[in-house]
Amino acid sequence: MAQENKLITLENITKKYGGQVVLDDLNLYIRENEFLTLLGPSGCGKTTTLRIIGGFETPDTGRVIFDGQDITNLPPNKRQLNTVFQKYALFTHMTIAENIAFGLKIKKKSKQYIQDKIDYALKLVNLDGFGKRMPDSLSGGQQQRIAIARAIVNEPKVLLLDEPLGALDLKLRQDMQYELIRLKNELGITFVYVTHDQEEALTMSDTIMVMNQGYIQQIGSPEMIYNEPKNAFVADFIGESNIIGATMIQDRLVEILGAKFACVDEGFGTNQPVDVVIRPEDVDLVEPEQGTIQGVVTSLIFKGVHYEMEVEANGFTWLVHSTDLSPVGKQVGIKVDPFDIQIMNKPESEDEEAVGINE
Amino acid sequence: MNKREGRLAKQNKLRQLLLSSPYVLWSIGFIILPLVMVVYYGLTSRDGGGFTLENLKLIWEPTHRATLILSVQLSVISTILCLLIAYPLALALRSLRLKSNGFVILLFMLPMWMNFLLRTIAWQNILEKNGVINMLLSAVGLPKLNIINTPTAIVLGMVYDFLPFMIIPIYNVLSKIGDDVIQAAADLGANYFQILWRVILPLSKPGIVSGLTMVFVPSLTTFVISDILGGGNILLIGKVIEQKFKMANDWNAGCGLSLVLMVFIFICMAIVQKYDKDSEGTSVW
Ligand SMILES: Nc1ncnc2c1ncn2[C@@H]1O[C@H](COP(=O)(O)OP(=O)(O)OP(=O)(O)O)[C@@H](O)[C@H]1O
Ligand SMILES: [Mg+2]
Repeated sequence: MAQENKLITLENITKKYGGQVVLDDLNLYIRENEFLTLLGPSGCGKTTTLRIIGGFETPDTGRVIFDGQDITNLPPNKRQLNTVFQKYALFTHMTIAENIAFGLKIKKKSKQYIQDKIDYALKLVNLDGFGKRMPDSLSGGQQQRIAIARAIVNEPKVLLLDEPLGALDLKLRQDMQYELIRLKNELGITFVYVTHDQEEALTMSDTIMVMNQGYIQQIGSPEMIYNEPKNAFVADFIGESNIIGATMIQDRLVEILGAKFACVDEGFGTNQPVDVVIRPEDVDLVEPEQGTIQGVVTSLIFKGVHYEMEVEANGFTWLVHSTDLSPVGKQVGIKVDPFDIQIMNKPESEDEEAVGINE
Repeated sequence: MNKREGRLAKQNKLRQLLLSSPYVLWSIGFIILPLVMVVYYGLTSRDGGGFTLENLKLIWEPTHRATLILSVQLSVISTILCLLIAYPLALALRSLRLKSNGFVILLFMLPMWMNFLLRTIAWQNILEKNGVINMLLSAVGLPKLNIINTPTAIVLGMVYDFLPFMIIPIYNVLSKIGDDVIQAAADLGANYFQILWRVILPLSKPGIVSGLTMVFVPSLTTFVISDILGGGNILLIGKVIEQKFKMANDWNAGCGLSLVLMVFIFICMAIVQKYDKDSEGTSVW
C-alpha cells in the first residue's frame, strides 16, 4: 500500500486499566476514504481503540499518527475528527438545532451558514422540523440520528462511530446503513465504525478488523474475512460455520472425521492437526452412496430463504443450509467442494486460542 | 367487577390517608399552625387585636429600613462569595471521581455537625483583637488587623457557616453530568473554558439556584452570627426581629417584620427562578 495513502496509523498501541490489558501491541492503519469496521464481542476493546483515535484516552505505549503527524498527545478538540458516541451524549440543555450547531459556533461560522447546515443535516437524518425540540423528547433512535447529524455538519476528515445504529429497529437500521454509506461517499469522509453485529460489518465495510480480547484476529475485506477466516474465532464470529478438528494428510488432502476430502490449501505439512471451517451453505446433501461421508438428518427448521438442518455424521453434528428440504430421519451423504473447505492452523494452547497468536 | 374495583379504590384511598396522616399532622402542627399564627399576629394590633397594617409598615421606619438594606447587602455578598468558592471546589471534587458520593457529603457535613454556636465562637477567637490572626501577624512584625465587630467578620462567619449548603447541591448536579457529554463537547472543538461556559455551567444551573437559596435565606435571617462576630454593634434584620420578641415583648411587631422578610425572600427566589427558566435554551445565539 502506498505510504501517503495511510491517513491514520496506530503503532504498537498498548492500553491497560488497572492490571487488565485491554489492548496489547495493536498495529493498524486506516486509508483515506476507507470504511473500516472494528468488529468483535462485547468488551474486546473496540471502544477503547476508537477513544484512542479520538483522543479521549492516551495509550500506555505506542503512537497515533494522523496525516503524517504524531497526535498521540493532542487533545480531542484539536483533532480533525468527530465522534458519534455509543450513548449519544447529546446536550440536554440545548434544542436539537443548538446541539447540531455546537461545533459550528465554536468555529465561529456565520449564522446563515449554521442555519443552512442545520437544515441540511436534519433532512439528511430524516428529522426535518425537529430543530426546536429538546433531546429528552426524542426516542433513542432519533437521538442517535441527531448525534450523527451533530458530528457530520463539521465535515471532519474522519468520523468515528461507536455502534451508531445500536438503538434502531431493523428497518430503520437498514435504511440508516444505506444513508451512512451514501453520506460517506458524498462527503468523502473516512469512517471508523464500531459494531458487534457481523452482518452490519459485512454489508457496510471496505475493511473489517476482527478483534478479540484486545488482539487483532484478522484484518481484510468482508469477502476475505468471510471466506478465508484465519482462525476458529473469526470463523465462528462471522456467520455460522462448522468448525471441525481434522488432519492435513498432505497438500490438498485433508482427513475430516475419518474421511478424506480434497481441498485447495497447501503448505500445512503432512499429517498435521488442523481446524477446518465449512460454511453451512457449502455443505451439499446428496444420496448416501454419492457422499464422502454418510449421516442422518436430526433436525429441520424453516428459516425463510432456506432450511436449516442438522446432520449427525461420524460423531459430529453438521449445520447445513439449503433451499432443498431433507426430512428428519433421512439418510444422506455429505459432499463439500474442495474450495469450500478452509484450513486453519490449530492453536497450540488455550492461551493462544484466546489471543489468536496462531496466524 | 366494577363494584369490586370501586371498593379497592376506596381501600387504597383509606390506606393512603392512614399512611400520610403522621406527615399531615406534622405539617399542620409545626408548619401550618405557626405560619397562621405569624400571619395573625403580624396583621393585628397589639392592644385591641383588630386588623392593622401598622406592623408591616414598621419596615419603613428609617432605622429598620437601614437594617434591612445592610442585611441584604451582607447576605448578597456572602452568597456570592459562597458561590465563587463552592463552584470551583465542586468542580475539583467532581474531577476527583470519588467512588462514593457519601464520602464527599460527609466531608462537608462533618463541620456542620459541630454546634453552630461553637463554630461561630471559634471564629470570634480567631478574629479577636488578641486572637489567632493578630497573634500571628504581630509575631512576624505586621500591624494588627481590626476585623472583629465589623461587617467583614460577619460576612466571614456567614460564608464559613453556610458554605456547605452551596457546595452540596452544586456538587450533586455536577456529579450527574456524564463524562461523555463533556467529551462530546471537546470532540466538537470546544476548549476547557468553552466546555465550562456552554455545557457544564448551564447544566449545573439547578444546583446553583438551590445553593443560592439555601445560603441567602439563612444569611438574611441570622442573628447569632451578627451577635457574636458583630459584637452587637451591627444590627441585622434578624436581630431586630429577635429584639421585638424578647426585649420589647411585642409579638405583633416581630411577626409583622417576619412577614415582610418572608415576602421579600419569596420575591427574590421567584426572580432567580424566573431568570433561570427564561435563560434556558435561548442564550446560545
Ligand atoms: N475507564 C475504564 N476503566 C477500567 N476498565 C475499562 C475502562 N474502559 C474500558 N474498560 C475495560 O476495557 C475492556 C474493553 O472495553 P471497551 O469499552 O473497549 O469494549 P467494547 O469492545 O467497546 O465493548 P462493547 O461492545 O460492550 O461496547 C472491558 O473489559 C472494559 O471493562
Ligand atoms: Mg463499546
